[in-house]
Amino acid sequence: MKEGFRQSMSWLHTYSGLLVGWVLFMVFAAGTASYFKDEISFWMRPELHLADLHAPPQAEVAERAFAALQQRGAQGQRWFVTLPTEREPGVRASWMRAAVPRGQPEAAPEPGVSRRGRFDSALLDATTGRPLQASRDTRGGEFFYRLHFDLHYMPPLWARWIIGFCAMFMLVAIVSGVVTHRRIFADFFTFRPGKGQRSWLDAHNAVAVLALPYHLMITYTGLVTLMLMYMPWGPQLTYKGDTSAFLAEVFPANGPRDPKPSGISVPMVPVGPLVTQATSRWGGAPVGRITVNNPNDAAATIVLSRQEGHDMSSTQPAMTFSGATGRLISEVGEEPGAATATRSVLYGLHIGRFGDPLLRALFFLSGLAGCVMVATGLLLWAVKERNKYSKAAARGLGAGWALRLVDGLNVGTIAGLPIAMAAFFWGNRLLPLQLHERAQAEIHLFFAAWALAAIAALARPTRRMWLAQLGIAAFLFGAIPLLNALTTDTHLGATLPAGLWRVAGFDLVCLAMGAAFAYSAWWLARKDGRPMVRKQPAHATGLLADVKGAR
Amino acid sequence: MADTSRPEPHRHGRKGPILRRSSRLRRRLAVASRVLAAIGGGYALSALAATVMAIHLPTSRVEAAVAGMLASFVIYTGAVVWVFAARSAWRAWLGLLAPGVLLGGLLLLHLHAGSAT
Repeated sequence: MKEGFRQSMSWLHTYSGLLVGWVLFMVFAAGTASYFKDEISFWMRPELHLADLHAPPQAEVAERAFAALQQRGAQGQRWFVTLPTEREPGVRASWMRAAVPRGQPEAAPEPGVSRRGRFDSALLDATTGRPLQASRDTRGGEFFYRLHFDLHYMPPLWARWIIGFCAMFMLVAIVSGVVTHRRIFADFFTFRPGKGQRSWLDAHNAVAVLALPYHLMITYTGLVTLMLMYMPWGPQLTYKGDTSAFLAEVFPANGPRDPKPSGISVPMVPVGPLVTQATSRWGGAPVGRITVNNPNDAAATIVLSRQEGHDMSSTQPAMTFSGATGRLISEVGEEPGAATATRSVLYGLHIGRFGDPLLRALFFLSGLAGCVMVATGLLLWAVKERNKYSKAAARGLGAGWALRLVDGLNVGTIAGLPIAMAAFFWGNRLLPLQLHERAQAEIHLFFAAWALAAIAALARPTRRMWLAQLGIAAFLFGAIPLLNALTTDTHLGATLPAGLWRVAGFDLVCLAMGAAFAYSAWWLARKDGRPMVRKQPAHATGLLADVKGAR
Repeated sequence: MADTSRPEPHRHGRKGPILRRSSRLRRRLAVASRVLAAIGGGYALSALAATVMAIHLPTSRVEAAVAGMLASFVIYTGAVVWVFAARSAWRAWLGLLAPGVLLGGLLLLHLHAGSAT
């Protein structure tokens, strides 16, 4: 590293991107899908497609949800209710289960209720307040959302450290990448197709620069979402280790983290009038979430917070009422401090829930550009390395293990992950409805398909393998509208005339993905028969030489 | 590195390959040292900066803590870039150590003042 600044940054860019590139590809792909997690979940519950989605007034819906919670979680310490939105017509209710004495087995959750740790949750029908049992058991889009920071088959805490580590690498890769490409905006307008390594570099530059603000934003804000876990040291010291006191100040709306019950049982006031009061206070804006601390206790509090979507912040104004008397205890307004407001907006930017469908679609496209950026970066390394080895091969040396490994991981991730995602959707339609732990079975299918693709790719990382896997991905995605037509009544032929865009949109996006994979397979097949390694002009080997050559 | 298979010219005698190997080892150690400085040292420096900001920023307690945390990832990135841009691994470490000592001093000052009262 005695070379210049840009050379060392180029080295840093290459290795910080390469070493964790495959994890980053997965995070980008699953995270991009998460922008439409409600729509994915909806598509994966075809039983609800034609249900009457007209939600009654919020006050009524809240009353019904509370009645359902009284039946199930009356003894629990906390309830959460998320009222219906345009994107999610069901009511999401979750409650903390009462502690079971040691040694006693816990009752299994009733149908339609899913369990995570000490919380049970269910999607309730907005008009009846009953769990939406009629729909099949699936994690839906929530799976991709969790996957992109919690991974799977491992404790979430480990997973979040791994993802945070990789996100830091990404941040370094982006910054060093910008430094490396001094002619960054000129490069953006340069695309030289059909020129091997140079074309890959151009493609990598184009997608990276096109959505550069997005890439930088999404990586940094991703770290911010979990910053208390990654960087707890400041509040550790200034709050003397009392994390809940810190959190109570960052999220004043939630009240104290662990509110103490009084032990005196008092019935709660009806929630409907509170919802009406809050809505009129916020100039008609709907209530998003209702939190109940210590339900049915004299010290019960009911916290109503405004629905997201009125500004970019993830923290919304909230009103806290006494559960026993209905008195307004406190109100958290829209004027938080500069740093906490910044954090809320950064968080809000990351999850992108504030946007209308068009803006979310732009985020989705930027996320796809992120996937392509990571993929072309990984491919670029392999192409460069192969060129190096083509010279070594001329002297009778074989290709290295590193190249073979990277090739295998590239096929198994860039083509294998889409195969797995499509397999997840196929499983949703084809697995028997009464299957035990059906939602888990869909997830196992996702990982089985991915493992199969990855093992095959690592065993034979060849051009033929690329072709095969891209072809499979093209078929699996492209045929999803057909699969939907064969297994449900809400296929494109029905949803397009009826204007049921939530369902039709999913089918159409899958069709587009299928077409994109088919095009890349066709592009690759067209080049088949030509030698794998093309002779490069001497000045075009290596990123550094390329940067110099472009001057 | 691909050149190791090439026979050494005779005039270097027996010492040639050994010297070569030791310099290669040295280079690898230098890279390993930088990686350690970037990941471990960079984290330590950014955590220290976040803590000092949480203590000393002239605003409310929660604001200072959050500002420190938000800034820490930027500082971390800057530290990693510095480590790999520095002319040698030694300078890389030195560049982390200097602000580290300064921030550590500010932290100690606070801890000392806290225990005195």
